[in-house]
Amino acid sequence: MSTILAPGTSAPDFTLPVTPDQNLSLRDLRGQPVVTAFYPADWSPVCGDQMALYNEIHSEFQKYKAEVLGISVDGSWCHAAFAKDRHLHFPLLADFEPKGAVAKAYGAYREKEGFCERALFVIDEDGVIVWSYCSPIGVNPGADGILEALENLKETRQSHGQPESSSRAS
Amino acid sequence: MANLKVPVAPADHSIGDEHAPVTLVEYGDYQCPHCAHAHPIVNALRKHFGKQLRFVFRNFPLTEIHSYAEAAAEAAEFAAAEGHFWEMHDGIFEHQNRLGVPLLKELATKIGLSSAKLDAALESHEYLDRIKSDFMGGVRSGVNGTPTFFINGVRHDGSPEFDDLAEAINSQTLKTDRKRAG
Repeated sequence: MSTILAPGTSAPDFTLPVTPDQNLSLRDLRGQPVVTAFYPADWSPVCGDQMALYNEIHSEFQKYKAEVLGISVDGSWCHAAFAKDRHLHFPLLADFEPKGAVAKAYGAYREKEGFCERALFVIDEDGVIVWSYCSPIGVNPGADGILEALENLKETRQSHGQPESSSRAS
Repeated sequence: MANLKVPVAPADHSIGDEHAPVTLVEYGDYQCPHCAHAHPIVNALRKHFGKQLRFVFRNFPLTEIHSYAEAAAEAAEFAAAEGHFWEMHDGIFEHQNRLGVPLLKELATKIGLSSAKLDAALESHEYLDRIKSDFMGGVRSGVNGTPTFFINGVRHDGSPEFDDLAEAINSQTLKTDRKRAG
């Protein structure tokens, strides 16, 4: 298993295709929590794969104003077809060219197989990783860890006396 | 390791001896083909372990990919309110290839329940809160897809086939035996 970036590390910025003709940069999401979910591949043959699960609880993530990003080495056309098929409500980013470069920057790339680990990162409003987890490749990590990290983030923010929207740049 | 955050309680749909040394909890979706596959496996496990095993089913409908999963869960909860949960539960899984509102109504009638009352319950989403509460409890416990099993509160990450589940259940009954002997 790879060694993924640890909490306290500044999240490496990236710009990746989010549709065949649009890009999304991590820095554009500064001011809100971001969940980056690296996963091996689209079209997983099980019901309720990682992306389907995050999709189902998208409203829970929204309670924390968190943006969820799925990232794999699949191309943007593949992502588009997959997202349409599974009715996904959050973006999938294509870490396609150079292949796996972003996953490598996060320590979440499997060189031998040529795809991403099942690695999760929760990034705070200031772009710092506050929680990360790498699951065994065959085990869908679920969402409990992410929700707990978002909950902790909210509590920390509240105990510092910051209203929820104060750090939001607009 | 993922652990069950919501303990088994009287409100759960449970079958088997409540004092059984092992409790198997399944989070399932009535439209999921893997759950339908697991259904006879669970029945075989119940038969194999007898009084050693209690089984609990909780709802985990993936509504974005399974358009009838929620209605099916609502129908099972409707039947539960009338004391017929397991008949509806079995009926849905056994006829999953025909899943839809007509099947749910047909099953209700077969069990002796009013299909008009079922219609009303589906229309008003009378049981949706309970289903959502099952679902979020599952998410918090690390349910990561369907079916997800917990054996005495610990998520079973092995295969959901008979041999793997039986082995995991066996190791729990042995643990209990040792405790009783010691």
